[in-house]
Amino acid sequence: MRTTGGARGVVRAALMSCAGLGVALIVLAPYVVMMCTALKPERELRITPPRLTPIEWRVANVLEVVADPSFQGWLSASLIVALSSTAIVVAAATPAAYYTARHRFPGRSAFLLLVLVTQMFSPTALVVGLYREFFELGLVDTYAALILTNAAFNLAFAIWILRAFFAAIPREIEEAAAVDGCGRLRALVQVVLPLALPAIVTAVIFAFIAAWNEYIVALTLMTDPAHRPLTVGITSYVTAYVQHWNHLFAASALAIVPVVILFASIERHLVAGLTAGSVK
Amino acid sequence: MRASFGRYSVTGLYQGAVGTSNYVRLVQHEALPAVVVNTVIWVVTVVAVTVVASLGLAQLLNEELPGRRLVRWALIVPWAASLIMTAKLFAWIYDYYFGILNHVLVSLRLAAAPVDWLGNDATVMAAMIVVGIFVSLPFTTYVVLAGLAAIPPEVYEAAWVDGASAWRAYRTVTLPLLRPALLVAVVLNVIYVFNSFPIVWTLNDRNPGFAHDTMITYMYKVAFRSSLRDVGMAAALGVVNVLVILLAVLLYLRTVSWREADA
Repeated sequence: MRTTGGARGVVRAALMSCAGLGVALIVLAPYVVMMCTALKPERELRITPPRLTPIEWRVANVLEVVADPSFQGWLSASLIVALSSTAIVVAAATPAAYYTARHRFPGRSAFLLLVLVTQMFSPTALVVGLYREFFELGLVDTYAALILTNAAFNLAFAIWILRAFFAAIPREIEEAAAVDGCGRLRALVQVVLPLALPAIVTAVIFAFIAAWNEYIVALTLMTDPAHRPLTVGITSYVTAYVQHWNHLFAASALAIVPVVILFASIERHLVAGLTAGSVK
Repeated sequence: MRASFGRYSVTGLYQGAVGTSNYVRLVQHEALPAVVVNTVIWVVTVVAVTVVASLGLAQLLNEELPGRRLVRWALIVPWAASLIMTAKLFAWIYDYYFGILNHVLVSLRLAAAPVDWLGNDATVMAAMIVVGIFVSLPFTTYVVLAGLAAIPPEVYEAAWVDGASAWRAYRTVTLPLLRPALLVAVVLNVIYVFNSFPIVWTLNDRNPGFAHDTMITYMYKVAFRSSLRDVGMAAALGVVNVLVILLAVLLYLRTVSWREADA
């Protein structure tokens, strides 16, 4: 942009900055309410008029949630499901992406299209069918069912982002490795994979977060409260009978903060993966 | 798919094929018209407002201004946070007695009396739409930003040299060049918003019946929660939902003119 005179430019920049700050405030405001409510003692939840900030800042809420055996169970369920499904995604997506990036074969186009389409069919629309399927397989209320579903639905993103990355790595590098007496597999492991590391990290974080945040399949398939992941589990803090909003939000904050940090670290690659097949 | 043509007992046992009767029951179900209308309102409003708002927001974030990183970081929060937790959070903010929203509105004299946002037929859909926009905005803004980044600066300079005003340059240069990114944003958002479950599920859970459900939550209630417990009918609805998404996906592929060359 060309400057339109010093003073006007400064005023404009200041106005824009204020607008940006305003947007940031609006976006963050609900989460500020979340943090503040999480730190309120039980008796301050129902006062009129309601206050944003607690009168007594009660950090013990967070400690209570962490010490709660139910919370620990949900947390471990979330970790088991998210970590296992992420492992499956990366193990399956890396070779698939590498192969489709390096080779032309009949049906490649159809394969990539199919992968793209699975990304759009979220499990939500298919949940009734999924339930029937796992019911017949006897897998309702097992981690295996959740792990498989999450892995299946997050595979598409991983394949697309990895494929684009592999395709961008010049073939010559591998050929040079071959000239140096490197076997095909060794070239892949020692040369290509390290170069593709940023894309692999992105795929890992994305698959982990998507599984971590998944709700509807877990709500449907996990009938035993002890096996529920965090997203479903925490809702039991507020039901028709008990209303521990402070504990609900303390648990939510614990679940959200690490995920936001992870998410911010892959922000640059996200859009490319999510709009796969459309840009470039 | 097969389930939509079968009949199941409450315990889930398959009781034989029943042809198209699940579909007939679905079409005849009295809640269906309202649910379809809700779904259309929900998808169209959320997507339209989100796309327009994200155009402005992306333009703002495309400028080199102090604090831009902070705003981009803030935008990530609703995107990364679990939808169900955000939905619960809004249920609390909207609360009739103890919610902060009513307090703020009444103190600022924007409302004469507290509003029962989630219990009032007139406001519950609007309340859900606001949350829908809130969580759709980050992704859309980032897609538009990516589109803006792909526009070469020389184009702006050419418009500048030709003496176009900022607004005119935006309308005649930026918007047409943003078209591909916008189409992608619209179609993907339609798919995401149509599929969205936690927001409607959480904010509407106090209200009996199906008066404010979208096709996705309606299907879920029919299958698992309502007195109907009608897996066959829910599966029939599931097939309809999948067809709707398929249509959107085909539209998407047409829009981005998917070719092997791109793959």
